[in-house]
Amino acid sequence: MPKLTEIRWHARAGQGAVTAAKVVAETALQAGQYMQAMPEYGPERMGAPIKAFTRISDEPIEIHNNIEFPDVVIVLDESLLDVVDVTEGIKDGGVVIINTCSPAKAVKEALGLDDSVRVACVDASGIALDTIKRDIPNTPIVGAFTKVTGVVDVEVFKGLLAKNLSKKFGQEMIDANFTAVDRAYKEVTVA
Amino acid sequence: MVDQKTLAATGNSLVAEAIRQCNPDVIPAYPITPQTTVVEELAKFVAQGRMHAEYINVESEHSAMSASVGASAAGARVATATSSQGLALMWEELHIAAGMRLPIVMFNANRALSAPINIHCDHSDIMGARDTGWIIMFAETAQEAYDNTIMAFRIAEHPDVLLPVLTTADGFITTHSIDRAEVMDDETVAKFVGEYVPTYALLDTDNPTSHGNFAGLAGPYFEFKKQERTAIDASKPVIKQVGEEFSELTGRPFDLVETWGMEDADIAIVVIGSTAGNARHVARDLRTKGVKAGVVKVRVFRPFPAEELRTALKGVKAVAVLDRSESFGAEGGPLFLEVRSALYDLETRVPLVNYIYGLGGSDVRLELMEQVFSDLSDIASGATAPFGLTYLGTR
Repeated sequence: MPKLTEIRWHARAGQGAVTAAKVVAETALQAGQYMQAMPEYGPERMGAPIKAFTRISDEPIEIHNNIEFPDVVIVLDESLLDVVDVTEGIKDGGVVIINTCSPAKAVKEALGLDDSVRVACVDASGIALDTIKRDIPNTPIVGAFTKVTGVVDVEVFKGLLAKNLSKKFGQEMIDANFTAVDRAYKEVTVA
Repeated sequence: MVDQKTLAATGNSLVAEAIRQCNPDVIPAYPITPQTTVVEELAKFVAQGRMHAEYINVESEHSAMSASVGASAAGARVATATSSQGLALMWEELHIAAGMRLPIVMFNANRALSAPINIHCDHSDIMGARDTGWIIMFAETAQEAYDNTIMAFRIAEHPDVLLPVLTTADGFITTHSIDRAEVMDDETVAKFVGEYVPTYALLDTDNPTSHGNFAGLAGPYFEFKKQERTAIDASKPVIKQVGEEFSELTGRPFDLVETWGMEDADIAIVVIGSTAGNARHVARDLRTKGVKAGVVKVRVFRPFPAEELRTALKGVKAVAVLDRSESFGAEGGPLFLEVRSALYDLETRVPLVNYIYGLGGSDVRLELMEQVFSDLSDIASGATAPFGLTYLGTR
């Protein structure tokens, strides 16, 4: 079977998870891979729990369903941990990446995960507030994702980010986003 | 083969791009989820001067198709798009467009019908249009939605055909997912589609004609309907021919029925749209375990490819037909009824079962495909096939 990475995003509507799911897919395409990105559409209210999905593979992707057994779970809002079973179906050897100030070891214990599943924590909201000056944790958390998984390259991601941002913003905003990505890349801790 | 650009895009944006590249003269449209982003993009293209169509904002889908009929009869190349309740609201005009032999191209984002209210994918809407006289094409992927839309103009406007074409993709699953696809440049598409020269344009005042006249009792109504039947039958070789040319141009295969593993399959799934990929994914896995599984995807539903299905399914030990819509009170879903009818002409009976799946966007988990293949293996080894249809994956 071809190598397929399945990523499930958990967030609250408005946090940019759908955009992040898409940008990660586009980053994979830049590297010549096959990809899919899709939101799970439902009632769209700001703050409501939402899911999005990204698939990345070296081979064409044929399946068109939701991701039940993810390799990677990304949680953009830690308050969801009390509301949604974010780790449902996660594969052995998978990784959960969470936007939180808590240490990875404590979160891993709280989630009661199998030893083979890694937990990566990064204060993506804090980093976003410091750099981009708004609580948009999606950009920094992708920085952490590139480091923890190696599925897409951080420099390719930054290149795409600059291209997308330059349509609406100046160099200052691009630099702030780059700093956010680099900081998350450096600061993410894994247990 | 031509050079193509590889990009990441949703099914809907690729359909809008295909329509832009085919350069229709008139687009009468009304938005409805999950078609909305198609007509949004088309409106934007017109506003930006990137296409030179007359974009008509109408007050309903009934009006969208009425305006399409009028513009097409006048001699314009016409495109529009709809979904679900919108397609249902067009119902009477759908028959008029086909009866007047107007080569309108319409995209449908396949979606459930109310009640209860649901905005997600199934084929209830499009299957409701199956007897309206339109040619109907299905896409598995965003790429196929783009490809089908371009081919649709060539097929509709072919002098042997002159029928409207519905080109469809599965709502949200295909319309809103970002997928990898290849697109041609504008010149290549324009050359492939060609210039539309209407046969009996109302605006051709040197050769006045009238359309859609009263043809009751002693009138030629019956003969007109026979001509419609002749035209849709004649569309089949045209679709094949256009598909072959398209394949040569793009390097992507096209056929009315596309098969996987059917050379030696013992068991097979017959399916339409995005679920074909899920079935093939599971079939590939089963092949590694020695199970001879195959998948038959119906890409053109009208005209119905009966001969192609007989060829694909002949000698298979057990076949499951998957329907994403109901035909309440009938012996199965629409696809099952057609496939069973097609196979009646085979000398050796092929055991056939029907599953209704994925209504209202219910997720087509791989486990469901595994269950169907497992049932088929049992039937192929002599188990009695279940009587009637099976609802797959209901709670």
